Amino acid sequence: MGDVAGSERASMGESKPPLMELRGITLRFGGVLAISDVSFDIREGEIRAIIGPNGAGKSSMLNVISGFYHPQEGNILFRGEVRPFMRPHRVAALGIARTFQNIALFKRMTTLDNIMTGRMTLMKSSFAAQALWWGSAEREESAHREKAEEIIDFLGIQAIRKVPVGTLPYGLQKRVELGRALAAEPRLLLLDEPMAGMNVEEKEDMSRFILDVNDEFGTTIALIEHDMGVVMDISDRIVVMDYGKKIGDGKPGEIRKNQDVIDAYLGVPH
Amino acid sequence: MLYREAGEFRTSYPDDSQTFPISFDKYRYYAILAVLVVVVPLVINDYWANAVLVPVLVWSIAALGLNILTGYCGQISLGTGGFMAVGAYGCYKLMTAFPDLNIIFCIVLSGAITAGVGIIFGLPSLRIKGFYLAVATLAAQFFLVWLFNSFPWFYNYSASGQITVPERTVLGFPVTGPYTEPWAKYLICLAFAFALAWLARNLTRGSVGRSWMAIRDMDIAAEIIGVNPLKAKLQAFAVSSFFVGIAGALFFSVYLGAVEASEAFGINQSFLVLFMVIIGGLGSIFGSFAGAAFIVLLPVLLKNLLVGKLSWPTDIATNSEFIIVGALIIFFLIVEPHGLAHLARLFKEKLRLWPFPH
Ligand SMILES: Nc1ncnc2c1ncn2[C@@H]1O[C@H](COP(=O)(O)OP(=O)(O)OP(=O)(O)O)[C@@H](O)[C@H]1O
Ligand SMILES: [Mg+2]
Repeated sequence: MGDVAGSERASMGESKPPLMELRGITLRFGGVLAISDVSFDIREGEIRAIIGPNGAGKSSMLNVISGFYHPQEGNILFRGEVRPFMRPHRVAALGIARTFQNIALFKRMTTLDNIMTGRMTLMKSSFAAQALWWGSAEREESAHREKAEEIIDFLGIQAIRKVPVGTLPYGLQKRVELGRALAAEPRLLLLDEPMAGMNVEEKEDMSRFILDVNDEFGTTIALIEHDMGVVMDISDRIVVMDYGKKIGDGKPGEIRKNQDVIDAYLGVPH
Repeated sequence: MLYREAGEFRTSYPDDSQTFPISFDKYRYYAILAVLVVVVPLVINDYWANAVLVPVLVWSIAALGLNILTGYCGQISLGTGGFMAVGAYGCYKLMTAFPDLNIIFCIVLSGAITAGVGIIFGLPSLRIKGFYLAVATLAAQFFLVWLFNSFPWFYNYSASGQITVPERTVLGFPVTGPYTEPWAKYLICLAFAFALAWLARNLTRGSVGRSWMAIRDMDIAAEIIGVNPLKAKLQAFAVSSFFVGIAGALFFSVYLGAVEASEAFGINQSFLVLFMVIIGGLGSIFGSFAGAAFIVLLPVLLKNLLVGKLSWPTDIATNSEFIIVGALIIFFLIVEPHGLAHLARLFKEKLRLWPFPH
């Protein structure tokens, strides 16, 4: 996909305060130590990548951030304040949206309904108003529908608006899932391997979308990705994990030179 | 030509979320409504009211209720009969305790009581799913029927153990009790069915409905998107039970007039409503009505055919009726697993594009 980001990206977000800080996170499943004392931060407006070999604990880390796993030790700070124990739907209400490594769409619902469902936390009309379909409920529905259409246009998925997503090909499902996360107008967007299983062309499209979201809406993004070319291209800073530990943290240029990272993950002889 | 629309012409979003996207549908709908409200009451007789229209409407309401829970929210329930019993006994207790309270209020309130009971029996759904939840609701079914039979307070200590409806009027016309005219029975059931279908339609087209469907399709993702699973599931149980409770109240007060819990609201009824929902189409309001009509009318049609036309002896006809109905249900499910609603949709799509299918 060439040099879309280039060196100018690397200077972004330096002076910005952290949107999210993870301090000394440790997560165990019975005897398995999935994350061991990992600390890093995600700055306002940056694209932050998390990389590492299979089983390194990357997805577990996203699950901790989105409130799906609860670490045994460590603190999660959101906008400078310690976030208390929270169920995932409360985390969503803070403005944190995500996609999943294995697509988790609502298969029997249409593309449009999936994206509308993404706006769940933004829709306020009461149960009673909806039951009677009062003016307020109807107006709210069309206002949100307009936003949903903007996202559909942005992702170029107009043609599959009314198609149940379970019947769509893999690449499109990934795109709809991104749309559903974007629909929440998140402050922090978490993407778990958004390009896994895609061909080169699809990867380029997806990278474009991610960069556009970051540029146009100023959305902070944390993503997990295995494709090194893409990661080096689009991210501002990278966290490297291996066996549940953090073994590197820095700008793409620094990570490329870090010997630990080369040994553990990149494995490319120099 | 039947349908005049060759593409997507809707230009505003409210238009697109209309109940009847094609204006032709809307007019046909008004025409049907006019026939149901004006013409049918003029020509209705006892047979049509008691054997066809009233049972179809009452079962439709119950099917609508179960469809909200199972079709939209994905939570299986085998407790429908038990919840109908709550509606019926609730209605009876309200009618006898407050003789001056309008019957309409009694019925709506018994729906509300059933909603409360539904929430309590919906609590296990927060921890268990699928087959295990079905077993838990089955327990509710047996418990509720047992409860109403075991405590004479529920049937006001009547010697027969039955509850018998007192006479009540709406606008001066009796709607319950032996002096009710068939048209009055029919109209009160139609009014409830119409209002509840409208309510169901509204709830399922907005964010409440989407939160239910999200839970149904993928509960983990639903939660991460901001759906509170506790709220969504209990809401579905409450709304579903509200509908089923009203169906039970109508079943007792308007349709039968006198019932006994284990006979009228046994496990058979739970399965019957489940059949209606599956045959009609999971997650479809129209399907709830179609499924109820199918299950109620099939035995009626068969009886007319076997006894009336072919002059079979009644006992043989009754027995073979079960076999034929059962076989037809199985056949139907194999041929059209998505239900009558899906069939109707396919048919309509064909008509809509006819005569140029490309
Ligand atoms: N729910 C769970 N229960 C038990 N163990 C788990 C659970 N989730 C993750 N693990 C374990 O935690 C470790 C880290 O898994 P994780 O999915 O976070 O890795 P990952 O870095 O995302 O790997 P991949 O690149 O393959 O997606 C693995 O050993 C995994 O088996
Ligand atoms: Mg992973």
